[in-house]
Amino acid sequence: MSEELKVKTMEEFMAQGTQPEILFWVGSAGSYDDRAKKISRAFVKILNKANVEFAVLGAEESCTGDVAKRAGNEFLFQMQAMMNIEVLNGYEIKRIVTCDPHSFNTLKNEYPGLGGNYDVVHHTQYIKELMDNGRLSVEGQVYKEKRITFHDPCYLARANSIFDAPRDVLKKTNADIVEMKRHKKTALCCGAGGAQMFKEPEKGDMDVNVLRTKEALETNPNIIATGCPYCNTMMTDGIKAHEKEESIAVLDVAELIANSI
Amino acid sequence: MEYLPNILFAIALVIGIGFFTKNVKKLSRNIKLGKDVDVSDNKQQRWKNMARIALGQTKMVVRPIAGLMHIIVYVGFIIINIEVLEIILDGLLGTHRLFAPLGSLYNILIGSFEVLALLVIVAITVFWIRRNIIKLKRFIKPEMEGWPKKDGNMILYIELVLMFLFLTMNAADFQLQQLNAEHYVKAGAFPVSQFLVPLFDGMSIANLIIIERTAWWLHILGILTFLNYLYYSKHLHIILAFPNTYYGKLKPMGQVNNVEAVTNEVKLMMDPSADPYAAPAEDAPEPEKFGASDVMDLNWVQLLNAYTCTECGRCTSECPANQTGKKLSPRKIMMDTRDRLEEVGKNMDANKGEFVADGKQLLDDYISQEELWACTTCNACVQACPVSIDPLSIIMEMRRFLVMEQSAAPTELNNMMSNIENNGAPWPYNQMDRLNWVNE
Repeated sequence: MSEELKVKTMEEFMAQGTQPEILFWVGSAGSYDDRAKKISRAFVKILNKANVEFAVLGAEESCTGDVAKRAGNEFLFQMQAMMNIEVLNGYEIKRIVTCDPHSFNTLKNEYPGLGGNYDVVHHTQYIKELMDNGRLSVEGQVYKEKRITFHDPCYLARANSIFDAPRDVLKKTNADIVEMKRHKKTALCCGAGGAQMFKEPEKGDMDVNVLRTKEALETNPNIIATGCPYCNTMMTDGIKAHEKEESIAVLDVAELIANSI
Repeated sequence: MEYLPNILFAIALVIGIGFFTKNVKKLSRNIKLGKDVDVSDNKQQRWKNMARIALGQTKMVVRPIAGLMHIIVYVGFIIINIEVLEIILDGLLGTHRLFAPLGSLYNILIGSFEVLALLVIVAITVFWIRRNIIKLKRFIKPEMEGWPKKDGNMILYIELVLMFLFLTMNAADFQLQQLNAEHYVKAGAFPVSQFLVPLFDGMSIANLIIIERTAWWLHILGILTFLNYLYYSKHLHIILAFPNTYYGKLKPMGQVNNVEAVTNEVKLMMDPSADPYAAPAEDAPEPEKFGASDVMDLNWVQLLNAYTCTECGRCTSECPANQTGKKLSPRKIMMDTRDRLEEVGKNMDANKGEFVADGKQLLDDYISQEELWACTTCNACVQACPVSIDPLSIIMEMRRFLVMEQSAAPTELNNMMSNIENNGAPWPYNQMDRLNWVNE
């Protein structure tokens, strides 16, 4: 059991008659997946450190429906979306931050058409904002001179043209940021998107995550940084396939920062 | 008899352009078989995209070698068309080098056409080598076997022949000018074809005229034939790239449209005052089909996409599924869509403009479910396309049909979806435990 985290629900804010600065959309992976839960905890550690008044929905949060939509189940997606929008609008939520680029994309781009209009930011953008505003400072010791390569999540980079925030944040650790041959708009997918996370891949001669980790390994990194819980799982499995799990760590940007404050 | 060439030329022109117009009408009819979609927004941005992506070739140069060679052929094609205008007018009026009075400007024009023709020949040769000798991976994928491969080479051969005819015509003309032949005004500069002139050494004026006229006629007839080849070929992109980039997606790549028909139904389901047992009104329209199983279920921009695709395969070479040996190839999705649309079009031609069910559809008969389920929706194909084609949107529509009309998702995905239905997460965990991570 690590240190105590301060997490308040929207319900509690409501009871106090106050509004948080921001709503942390934890997402299903961040809530239930053992690896992704650590990312949620790391991000909250950062929020606590920066004294951010944030809320979570807790048991009132439900799947955004993104994965159902990509699987073709528009019904289920819209059911989920409308239920969530009812909750979010009920609490008069203005700003949302999430560690999951899939939730980010759906909340930002697909909810407005169904009546949910929010200012949605990815956690790497929010961390950068905290740093820029002087609310968070990083001690660049732990990862000094470590080689870190950042794997762009499709739904952050290609889908929404956000490349700089995660890199700017990583630079604060004084690590050596090395780029894979394919990065930003042309980054290769980790293989989890489009509901692939929840099924076996079709017949082929390789798994996508093994190919992507191969590209990451070509940069000779100490750490592969991710900005998406699904990418994290895929890259972690990938380095296992290459038998590099002893020497190379796969960590979310939030974890790298949480370890540096 | 004096006007016979003019008349023959006019007839050739009318037939060539007439046949092309007929095919353009068919093309337009086929594209309009698609569902309506509102693309009337953001006109300014759309014009900008067309100027930047189609006219400016910005996405072609992402791959520098192919990009540079393509720009040469593209610029050559556009500029040399000024010469075609002169040829057409000469043919109709019975004149020779009508624009010659332009003087030194004319010399510059003809000179630069020649240089471009030579560059085009070089570029075409490079293209041919890449397809047939080096055999770049993206040109030898399974969907390229047969007609697509032949089509690709045919285009190169036709262009090569046209360029050589153009230069031969000029070389013979140049020689005739030097021999002071009647009708052959001294005009034009021939920086490239001058090197062909020695081939005509000692040839009589009469024979030279035969060569010049033959090359002239074959060149213009070749152009008219090529124009009519377009409809049957992937080369249609030289025209459709422009509207296609205009109508290309403007929203963030990650944004998938929300299906309006679904929204209406979901709203009704969630409306506490709606009567769940109410029978549909008598005049209620038939419930809309969800997703796409055939080309008519796609929207017309998606069908335009299919006709625009020139099978370059950049999408496929960037596709993570394809790179790891899966069956999915975004290029094949576009080629299949076009092939099926053509089949539907021919069916209509044979049945007085009405489509008669043929027991076939885009799904399964052309695109397999295995291909559709291999997609990671990563948008690499969309990003790679130099002319703003969106193969992913077709994959999404077909998945929608599979799931919402046929409940035909892979078992694991059905499990995932029932988890979401039951407990609001893709995994079978209790929604009340959503906050447990805080204290773990």
